[in-house]
Amino acid sequence: MDIFGSINLWVLLASLMVAATPILLAAIGELVVEKAGVLNLGVEGMMITGAICGFAVAVESGSPALGFLGAAVGGAVLSLIFGVLTQVLLANQVATGLALTLFGLGFSALIGQGYIGVRPPAMPRLDIPVLAELPGLGRVLFRHDVIVYLSIALVAGVWAMLRYSRIGLILRAVGENHDAAHALGYKVVRIRILAIMFGGACAGLGGAYLSLIRVPQWTEGMTAGAGWIALAIVVFASWRPWRALLGAYLFGGIAVLQLNLQAAGVRIPVEYLSMSPYLITILVLVIMSSGRSRAALNAPASLGKSFHAQG
Amino acid sequence: MKVTQLLASAAMALGLAASAAMAQDDPVKVGFIYVGPIGDFGWSHEHNIGRLAVEEHFGDAVETTYVESVPEGADAERVLTQMALSGHDLIFTTSFGYMDPTINVAQRFPNVKFEHATGYKTAENVAVYNARFYEGRAVIGHIAGKMTETNKIGYIGSYPIPEVIQGINAAYIHAKKANPDVQFSVVWAYSWFDPAKEADAANALIEQGVDVIMQHTDSTAPMTIAEDRGIVAFGQASDMANFGPNAQLTAIVDNWAPYYIERVQAVIDGTWESHSVWHGIAEGMVEITPISDRVPEDVRAEAEALSASIAAGEYHPFTGPLNRQDGTEWLAEGEVADDETLLGMNFYVEGLQGEIPQ
Repeated sequence: MDIFGSINLWVLLASLMVAATPILLAAIGELVVEKAGVLNLGVEGMMITGAICGFAVAVESGSPALGFLGAAVGGAVLSLIFGVLTQVLLANQVATGLALTLFGLGFSALIGQGYIGVRPPAMPRLDIPVLAELPGLGRVLFRHDVIVYLSIALVAGVWAMLRYSRIGLILRAVGENHDAAHALGYKVVRIRILAIMFGGACAGLGGAYLSLIRVPQWTEGMTAGAGWIALAIVVFASWRPWRALLGAYLFGGIAVLQLNLQAAGVRIPVEYLSMSPYLITILVLVIMSSGRSRAALNAPASLGKSFHAQG
Repeated sequence: MKVTQLLASAAMALGLAASAAMAQDDPVKVGFIYVGPIGDFGWSHEHNIGRLAVEEHFGDAVETTYVESVPEGADAERVLTQMALSGHDLIFTTSFGYMDPTINVAQRFPNVKFEHATGYKTAENVAVYNARFYEGRAVIGHIAGKMTETNKIGYIGSYPIPEVIQGINAAYIHAKKANPDVQFSVVWAYSWFDPAKEADAANALIEQGVDVIMQHTDSTAPMTIAEDRGIVAFGQASDMANFGPNAQLTAIVDNWAPYYIERVQAVIDGTWESHSVWHGIAEGMVEITPISDRVPEDVRAEAEALSASIAAGEYHPFTGPLNRQDGTEWLAEGEVADDETLLGMNFYVEGLQGEIPQ
């Protein structure tokens, strides 16, 4: 099935899922962090650290799966620095987050010295038998690597956790009003640090998806701003998991589509194509969030505020 | 109050002592700003190799510093101001987009010398240097024309600036000469360095049936994708064979080291003057790495001959008859493009599809 002349719709859909996965993973992690009332601007730094940790572990062990595990651990450990600084030592979250990004970029470049020009082991695609052979949809839905499915499962999991589970309720309580949560006997600091580490692990996975699958190579600064896009998507998705998925797929999809349109020689001015991912993603998500009361915007009330137990 | 006064005077004394110490042995301080990380293994990487060559050549007589991944625009102005304030004698600004920031900062620091790469604005204390990348692009264009089986060549551009457009035109003219059926698909990434986007662009081109990829962006991602998808590509700015051992047919390498050493020497000697130079294969600023064995021997020989004739000044890659894309005449039979037109090049030659974003 072709659109705009020579672009195959199914190929496009399949590649948009690949393009969106790193942002989606980072965004869903950050969403949980922000739901717990913490603003971690270090997503970019955690992603790039995950990218190199995952790359290094995959190369050394020969196993991409171990690589992804290493990436999650790397991202989580880096985020723990942020957690200790902001939750225990009560440092300013915005400043600490920005510093984490700077640190992550430099630190990853340092670890990455020995891995430039090395090829990572290939991640096998999970070709689901029979279904993968389906015309069209088979390629879109059933011929990806396992991380693509994992990212979608994570969105579903986070959504269900926030909506239906006790843990979700506690997490939201901590994010909405940490003093009340504290008064009820919840360990605000501990819960927040765990949320921060979850966010770090997800960002790390997203980074490793770049270095192991999407680009497959290690290059300094290779996330090139993907972490900031993830942060923006969380806000424009008004802290709702499925909307974050929509935002990430919209952004990734239009980014891939515009490159395909250019390659196919479609006569739309490139300037418009180039800005379209940003514009359309923001527009769609803003329109979806408008027309309701401000409370529906969902911003956690204690977002970015430091908590210090009193009494 | 007293304590602060004491501290202030102590700091001043220290500062004076430090500047006095500086004046004694006074190494020439040379700064570089790069648009990407030095580990991009492309453009910024080669500039950094030039910087290291300066350090090695002059030893203690020179102190070099660099700042990497500096965005083009207001940020560059801030970094340059900082460099000028911190006692640099000579500053190399190594990306086209640093042109206006360089000129602005240079006006405020008349005693600091600036060298801007690939631009066209000079001043009393701003020199401009550039490499004739299009000479290399002509050679790889010829190889690409011979090597493509689908007759579709993909070109990943960064920004629609004259330097990139020269490259597209030069590559197209010579691919077309080698293979009259050849078609170019140009994708603009609007970034010098974004591995994920460059990889997506390469994939999009391959989906369109492209089997040879050229890039004018700085990361090695397109080369990696070419290797993975089993097609061929050309290294940009730096030898990228590590990333595409089978895919890389050859690479255009920018060799800045000799120029950097020459200009630092001029500062040391006090003979530095503003100028505008544009060096090519002949001067060694543009190098072509040995061509892969995948290229048939006769094509390799033709490419080497083309490169040699350009170096010898016998042949100019933009020699008429050439028409603009709209069909109007640009160069008459035997006429050669002048540098001024090339430096401001904002049009495609006849035969190229698509429009240049304005």
